[in-house]
Amino acid sequence: MKQSIFSIISNEKIAKDVFKMILSGDTSDITASGQFVNIKIEGLYLRRPISVCDYDSKTLTLIYKVVGNGTEQMSKMKCGNLDILTGLGNGYNLDCGNNVLVIGGGVGVPPMFNLAKKLKAMNKKVVAILGFNSSDDVFYEKDFSEICDSVYITTVDGSYGKKGFVTDALKDLSYDYFYTCGPEPMLKAIYDATSTSGQFSFEERMGCGFGACMGCSCKTKYGNKRICKDGPVLVKEEIIW
Amino acid sequence: MVDLSVTLSGLKLDNPIIPASGTFGYGYEFAEIYDINILGSFSFKGTTKDPRFGNPTPRIAECVSGMINSVGLQNPGVHAVINEELPKLKKCFNKKVIANVGGFSVDEYVYTCELLDCEEQVGLIEVNISCPNVHGGGMSFGTNASDAQKVTEAVKKVTNKPVYIKLSPNVTDITEIAKACEAGGADGISLINTLLGMRINLNTKKPVIANKMGGFSGNAIFPVAVRMVYQVYEAVSIPIIGMGGVSSSEDVLEMMLAGATGVQVGAANLINPCICKDIIEDLPRVMEKYNINKLSDIIGGAH
Repeated sequence: MKQSIFSIISNEKIAKDVFKMILSGDTSDITASGQFVNIKIEGLYLRRPISVCDYDSKTLTLIYKVVGNGTEQMSKMKCGNLDILTGLGNGYNLDCGNNVLVIGGGVGVPPMFNLAKKLKAMNKKVVAILGFNSSDDVFYEKDFSEICDSVYITTVDGSYGKKGFVTDALKDLSYDYFYTCGPEPMLKAIYDATSTSGQFSFEERMGCGFGACMGCSCKTKYGNKRICKDGPVLVKEEIIW
Repeated sequence: MVDLSVTLSGLKLDNPIIPASGTFGYGYEFAEIYDINILGSFSFKGTTKDPRFGNPTPRIAECVSGMINSVGLQNPGVHAVINEELPKLKKCFNKKVIANVGGFSVDEYVYTCELLDCEEQVGLIEVNISCPNVHGGGMSFGTNASDAQKVTEAVKKVTNKPVYIKLSPNVTDITEIAKACEAGGADGISLINTLLGMRINLNTKKPVIANKMGGFSGNAIFPVAVRMVYQVYEAVSIPIIGMGGVSSSEDVLEMMLAGATGVQVGAANLINPCICKDIIEDLPRVMEKYNINKLSDIIGGAH
């Protein structure tokens, strides 16, 4: 974990209520895809945890949806500095499977991006399934197309891509492992619809984001875990629904 | 050279800054980002006789200048704390630590304190009779003077370490409880625990927190804490560890002027993990600004 100041390079709307913020700063503590950062926002007490979409040695890309006061305030920032805790959470373990699915739902799509890049760099076959509610919500299709072997888009209302849920797209595919992030009902549906092992990234309301307050604990088959510190990624075998 | 040291019932601290229980785990998360040996001491995660998972999630809610938590004393139980946590803690913290103890009956408090009494690194036992997040215990001892006295007397019999009783602000007259603890033999008083609070989500129209209510902490409660420390200082003659919304070195001075010998920092650790380090480094500056050479000289100075 590291606390440092990042400066905003750009912050633009990329879909309905969804923004992409690029920041420059010290990313040296980000060690794995699927980790998150915790952002101090002026006037609000708790930091706001946001998953890392992508990063390199100097820049950090975050994609977030405006759902409350914190993200609304973030969406209005055009420049300036942010106090950010980086290197939070365990992130995904990449050493599993050779023919893998990355499955994102809504704002669960962003962490799949750096993950897919890294999996491709390991010469794996990577197929992305990205689920949204409607055509207005779709983002990053082209970005995923540039790195993945194939990309399937689903929308609940059928206004773009395949009509239905991500599980409707995955049932016809062959794979030996999967990675996913998205709303909990989607994660549960994927858990039930998949026959292989996989890794799930969970969301919870957090106090600190670094394991101190026990605000985001959950029970697993491997004992009590803190979503922020021992998660957010849990393996299929340990999850208790 | 200014003197930051204070003494709590014979336990000499390099400075009065103590991260509060429940906001600092067992120290290692913070040891990753600074050397926690600069702290006066720290109060580790509230420990009970048996392991506890705590309350369902969500356990956390945002408030103006503060937060609500309803963790519910999640901890691995005293045996795991002694066998697993304390040996790990010893590797990153070489000073005496404050053992925070929770319980649901007098027997449970006694059981846990008796075991922690044997731990060399424990310099002081802080008995939490004020957790707002557990039913059938915790706070009920802290809201009834005769129960508070009974717990204090029972715990004092099984330990030679200084015993501080951590009080709840959710009472009509905190001085009555503090006096009962002093009568029961307490070596000191810690206050305040969190204020019982609640938030309701306008979208779902239901409480934000799964357990409905929780403990309100953060900057917003600081004036309540200062007032209660001030009142308790007048009511008892044993030392006080003051806490509640402390987030700056100026707050530390204010808390000490109200009557605190030690000062705990709680929720602020969750927002700025370096806050205790920042405060310790900043204290000489504010002491100079307000013409204070020896920090312990100002304890109770506002009376």
